[in-house]
Amino acid sequence: MSKPVFRTKDLTKIYGSGDVEVRALDGVTMALNEGEMTVLLGPSGSGKSTFLNIVGGLDRASSGRVFYEDLELTSLSERQLTRYRREHVGFVFQFYNLIPSLTAWENVALVTEVSVDPMSPDEALAMVDLDNRSTHFPAQLSGGEQQRVAIARAIAKRPKVLLCDEPTGALDSKTGVIVLEALSHINQQLGTTTAVITHNAGIQAIANRVLSFRDGKIIDVQTNEHRIAPAEVVW
Amino acid sequence: MSTESRRPKWFGKMRALDKKLIRDLGRLWAQGLAIALVMACGVGTIVTFIGAYRSLEETQFAFYDRYRFGSVFASADRAPRRLQANIERISGVSSVELRIVKPVLLDIEGQREPASGIAVSIPDLREARVNKLYVRHGRLPVSGRPNEVAVVERFANAHGFRPGDHFEVIMAGHKVRLRIAGIVLSPEYIYSIGPGDMVPDERRFGIFFMTESVLEGLFDMEGAFNNVSLGTLRSANADNIVVKLDALLKPYGGAGAHTREDHVSHAFLDAEMTQLRGMASIIPPIFLLVAAFLVNMILSRLVALEREQVGLLKAIGYSNLAIGAHYAKLVFVIALVGLAIGAGFGFWAGRGLTRLFASFFSFPFLIFRQSIDLYAIAGGLTIISALLGAAKAISSVIALPPAVAMRPPAPANYRNVLVGHLQRLGAFSQLSIMAFRHLVQRPVRAFLTTLGTSLSVALLITSLFSYDAIDEMIDTIFFRADRQDATITLAKDTAPGGLFSIAKLPGVLRAEPFRQTPVDLVNGHRTQRMSIVGISPGAELSRILDADMHPMDPPPNGIVLSEHVASKLDLSIGDRVGVTLLERDRRVEILTVVGLSQGLVGLTAYTRLSVLNRMLRDGRRISGGRVTVDPNGLDTIYKAIKATPAMAGIALQDLSRRQFQNTVEQNITTNTALYVGVAVIITFGVIYNSARIQLSERARELASLRVFGFTRAEVSSVLMIELAVIVLAAQPLGWILGYGFAWGVTALISSDLFRIPFVVSPRALALSSLVSLAAAIVSALIVRRRVDRLDLIRVLKTRE
Repeated sequence: MSKPVFRTKDLTKIYGSGDVEVRALDGVTMALNEGEMTVLLGPSGSGKSTFLNIVGGLDRASSGRVFYEDLELTSLSERQLTRYRREHVGFVFQFYNLIPSLTAWENVALVTEVSVDPMSPDEALAMVDLDNRSTHFPAQLSGGEQQRVAIARAIAKRPKVLLCDEPTGALDSKTGVIVLEALSHINQQLGTTTAVITHNAGIQAIANRVLSFRDGKIIDVQTNEHRIAPAEVVW
Repeated sequence: MSTESRRPKWFGKMRALDKKLIRDLGRLWAQGLAIALVMACGVGTIVTFIGAYRSLEETQFAFYDRYRFGSVFASADRAPRRLQANIERISGVSSVELRIVKPVLLDIEGQREPASGIAVSIPDLREARVNKLYVRHGRLPVSGRPNEVAVVERFANAHGFRPGDHFEVIMAGHKVRLRIAGIVLSPEYIYSIGPGDMVPDERRFGIFFMTESVLEGLFDMEGAFNNVSLGTLRSANADNIVVKLDALLKPYGGAGAHTREDHVSHAFLDAEMTQLRGMASIIPPIFLLVAAFLVNMILSRLVALEREQVGLLKAIGYSNLAIGAHYAKLVFVIALVGLAIGAGFGFWAGRGLTRLFASFFSFPFLIFRQSIDLYAIAGGLTIISALLGAAKAISSVIALPPAVAMRPPAPANYRNVLVGHLQRLGAFSQLSIMAFRHLVQRPVRAFLTTLGTSLSVALLITSLFSYDAIDEMIDTIFFRADRQDATITLAKDTAPGGLFSIAKLPGVLRAEPFRQTPVDLVNGHRTQRMSIVGISPGAELSRILDADMHPMDPPPNGIVLSEHVASKLDLSIGDRVGVTLLERDRRVEILTVVGLSQGLVGLTAYTRLSVLNRMLRDGRRISGGRVTVDPNGLDTIYKAIKATPAMAGIALQDLSRRQFQNTVEQNITTNTALYVGVAVIITFGVIYNSARIQLSERARELASLRVFGFTRAEVSSVLMIELAVIVLAAQPLGWILGYGFAWGVTALISSDLFRIPFVVSPRALALSSLVSLAAAIVSALIVRRRVDRLDLIRVLKTRE
């Protein structure tokens, strides 16, 4: 079995206090393994985004510990977290978050310019099959294309982990499949540990493992013996 | 307890939209305040300048009216009093006052330097018909008490004189001990300046009023007068009166009658008031324009952010009018805050400015006029400019169909301008490209922001250049042109031997003669009353400087005019000019203009002493001498002059310069402080708002950058680069505008009394830029703190 990239122990996140206290994560202990594609499933407010944000270094835990390999994220300063994100993590969001004033190529270059051993922006765009759209600005791209630029941008620095929060949430099924194919392709080709949050239960079949969240807890872990291709996903 | 129940009752009763308005204002308070402050500057300057102008005008009018300031003035050598009936018969003349006006030297206990003054007669047994005196303390001198005098208030204050005090005067060669009967103010001497001085020095120059009979006796003027002031009817033709009065006085050495316009005190006061009015028409519009631009900027952004809310409001049935009025109210409240601050400031500063003028001029009372209409005008202008600024944003809200409004706006379409081609060469980082493209995408806004920032630089230059100009002025006047230590004027023109009596005064090292005579220079329909000064070739002390500041010799024939006089009379080198000799029966000579000189003070025309002597046809004569003195011997010289009746006065360069510097520097320092404050407000208003709006527009981008692992400094740099480009581009633009403003100020301030040279030093440019940069950096840093506190998760989870 491959070694874990992330380990969490009693991970808890509480928003607010007193009457308005919300327990977004409630003592989550788990591991994400190297090269694995994991799908995080669960209804709104179940804690999956909070979990992803904390392991991605965007948010801090209220208690418990998170390790990225041997690095304890829960002990890092703001500056160290920034560095961690810069060097190790690729993010993909529901609303793409492209920089509107930069072309597709430049959006990718934005990240490669500050990375240690990146692929070239052209190479990254080719991996998501967008090498012919590199000079277009986000406003000139369709939603699916924009999301693929976002994926190219996320993987161009050859991150150890790729964290995707509802990457197909804003897309129709046809475009969604293309995006999932890009993610799956990268996971297999580069061996990038990938975590994908989704509402869409159909997507779980493309993953190695599925973690189900409810009320801040992982209530079920399911391992897929057979991963299906994104094109076969029933939307 | 919940938040709602803590709110005051009135809040609960408000309409929902108004509650939104109040909360919006609470959220936007910093930006709103920045705009309100810029508006306050506009209101403040209107109220200050117009308020001070009106107060002065009112005070001037009241003083002139109640104390019967004359309308036509003339002097003569010695004219018989029987002319009075003839003068009274001139059509339009309502009252005539014949007077004796003579220069005197003063000897004041405890004061080293001699002082000089003017003795003016007042009627023995009746009130003056023209130029009545206002008695502040004591009473007027009365007939039969020959040693009584009334002195002007400023002179009395400068020496701490009270009624009953004594001082000594040399009049017509007699030393007389005078007793102060009263302390007075005269509408004729609201502004009075001693011979050779550039600004008033009340210690060394005063006006004295004594009864007619006493002055008649002292100056041997029984049955005669040498000065006349006329009151005229409202319908009178002043020019006509001047001509007729001249004709009457011509046989008696009449030196040319003139109207108020050429009256020194009146002309100076008028020049100041014109300046005030000029300021009021130039400065406030700048602020109001900047304010309108800022309103446009924040309201456009607010409307863009609230696009979906607008759609919703329309969907649930709010009318366009109601929604437009909602945003107009927001701007209106900001304008009201600006109005309140500006009105308060204007009231305070206007009173301060009026008092400053009052300290410079001698008014018996000060009518500080701050009528409601002034505030109404200022308020109206502010609100109009604010609403004009808001018009575009509000009309865009009105034009938005609800269905479109509820969809998010189409993403901004960027163009691949300029930088796109350079980036593959690695010339710019993607962060810089983001900044540049954002700038280029909104060129009008970028330009207006740059223009707004440059206005603050320009205002600073306008204020700071005056230091350079005054330095240059002092250098030119005191160290290049008039290098004498003192100018001694003789009681009357004498043979050249008179110079010898000056040269042999103890302590005098060098003496150079000069002669001067009052003239009217005439070119076609243009006339200018002034003096021609004749000096010897090779004069080292008082020199004529040409336009390039090189000294030149007085011409062997012809006349050298200062550039100011030449331009007033529309003359250039080679032209011929008529010279009416006012003390020679208005005989006219024709001279050729052979050179132009620098002339920063007064109205000057130079020729060679011998040319002037030839023209005046009374042989070789001098009016006085310019001298250098041994600084250790000053006291002896002063003593000698005080004791020498033939010497009518002494003008001291050093004292005159120091008094000038003090007066001017005091004014400039106040001005500079004000301008720096104002420039900081503008820079802050423009840069802070611009940065806040950028932040609001780009929060999502910037948060994304943070997520990708860019540091806070790197993320801020995107904003900072854009601001830096704007602020840096604003500098040269500000310098150009500043040059223009400074030039405008020199033109505005330029008067016959003095002109400010147009000198803008690199130091002034650098300082202006530094202040503007500092204000920009502070406002940028405040916004940077917000960048540091961006909520990454919330920004990323929401749709654009």
